Amino acid sequence: MTTTTKNRKIEKIPQENILDNASKISIKEMDIWYGAFHAIKEVSMKINPNTVTAFIGPSGCGKSTFLRLFNRMNDYIESFHFDGKIKIDGKNIYGKKTNIEELRKKVGMVFQKPNPFPKSIFENVAYGLRIQGIKDKKIIAERVENSLKQVALWEEVKNDLKKSALALSGGQQQRLCIARTLAVQPSVILMDEPTSALDPISTASIEDLIFKLKEKYTIIIVTHNMQQASRISDYTAFFYMGNLVEYNKTELIFTKPEKKQTENYISGKFG
Amino acid sequence: MKLKEKIIELILQFFASITILTTVGIIAVLLFESITFFRSVSIIDFFTDTQWTPLYSEKHFGILALVSGTVLTSVIAISVALPIGLTIAIYLNMYASKEFKKTLKPFLEILAAVPTVVYGFFALSIVTPFLQSIYPNLETFNSLSAGIVMGIMIIPFVSSLSEDALSAVPKSLKEASFGMGATKFQTAFKVMVPAASSGITVSVILAISRAIGETMIVAIAAGQQATFTFNPTVPIQTITSYIVQVSMGDAPQGSIEYRTIFAAGLTLFVFTFILNSFSFYIKKKYQEKYE
Repeated sequence: MTTTTKNRKIEKIPQENILDNASKISIKEMDIWYGAFHAIKEVSMKINPNTVTAFIGPSGCGKSTFLRLFNRMNDYIESFHFDGKIKIDGKNIYGKKTNIEELRKKVGMVFQKPNPFPKSIFENVAYGLRIQGIKDKKIIAERVENSLKQVALWEEVKNDLKKSALALSGGQQQRLCIARTLAVQPSVILMDEPTSALDPISTASIEDLIFKLKEKYTIIIVTHNMQQASRISDYTAFFYMGNLVEYNKTELIFTKPEKKQTENYISGKFG
Repeated sequence: MKLKEKIIELILQFFASITILTTVGIIAVLLFESITFFRSVSIIDFFTDTQWTPLYSEKHFGILALVSGTVLTSVIAISVALPIGLTIAIYLNMYASKEFKKTLKPFLEILAAVPTVVYGFFALSIVTPFLQSIYPNLETFNSLSAGIVMGIMIIPFVSSLSEDALSAVPKSLKEASFGMGATKFQTAFKVMVPAASSGITVSVILAISRAIGETMIVAIAAGQQATFTFNPTVPIQTITSYIVQVSMGDAPQGSIEYRTIFAAGLTLFVFTFILNSFSFYIKKKYQEKYE
């Protein structure tokens, strides 16, 4: 990655060219409204597979709304409507034939506050499998163990699988929620400020985890924390007032932003 | 000025204590009259005899005959009210639009506001004939139609309180479930209902407690025959309808017949007291969980 960047002329890179591979997700001229409020304005972007993309921007800039477009979580808001196209793996996810449940199995989500179910640790991770109708106890136990190992929680909880998930610490709960998402074997993971409710040590362990997970998954993370975006993401998109102001390789955004607004935001002049 | 404040406080205190005094008074009278009653009737007979015939020449005082009627009608009522009430609660919470919810809720509450004498009449003159058209052996007075109608009456207790319990489940759990590809139905039954189970239990207990104390419907539609039975097709008598029968008749004050209503009343009170305390206990535990 670093060598290719060095060889490139980093001053002016057209949006299309920052993508090295075939894109996992592509969005074309997307507008989102809540009633009369224009939350996202004509945003187009492409996201590469097996990368971490960070959405940054001040509160209310539309980044979470935009993220929730990807797994159709906005559908439950009655005043929500949109205009534009979004394709994941080349398929229109708002098409007439789209099965929302199937989409969400492919596009998992981790939320701002850890939200484990009031069930046992084991049942939390097994939930996604059970709702798919998987009954084979061996398969379920295997997947639960694998998922917990992937988030480095297995050693900590392997003797307490029957204990309530609510008894875990905040950081453990969030890792459990990530494991729960992984158990369904998604290919994209959306993370909506996953560390904002956690202490620095738990945050660091989640960040390590995100770094490892990108080998297998495409990760999109909304964050308020710019250090976090610079530490863990390959690409960064800066949103402001519903506009996608700048989208580029993370190191470029943080070292040589093209737009004044981006520079002001990352240098802490506003936001 | 200070004196005036003090006087106002005392007056308010007095009114607040009236409710407590009334409860204490009721319990005292129930206890006092019941103790007198148990001086002439063996407490063992009272709890083990299965015949209740204080108004006949050959007197038996087995409260079980009335308890069975009460339990029978309440069980029928709750087996009608729980599935329907819970379905309504889930529908309102997970599926219905805000507009529809606003319209439906007041209508549901009307169910609880219909005078119970109307329900009793409805059970006797509409539900029973209808059930008889399906099952001709059903007697005119029976616990089945009284129980069903009582169940309809207590639907709002279950639906309204259960819906409150479902609404109290953090939105984040619903989102987590949807986010993993669960359908609304799966989310409702695998996440929402278990998470709201304590609140739903409270709603069921309060509904049962209401059913046990219900008088008019059973007095009109279930008959006046104290029988130790769990057959829903024959006439029975509940504790409440027995009390009505004696209170309206001419059992002379101070007689043993007269005192039976206090013993029966005390039994009823103990039932509802236990149920209400239990729901209070669950409510308290449940509040701790989400705060």
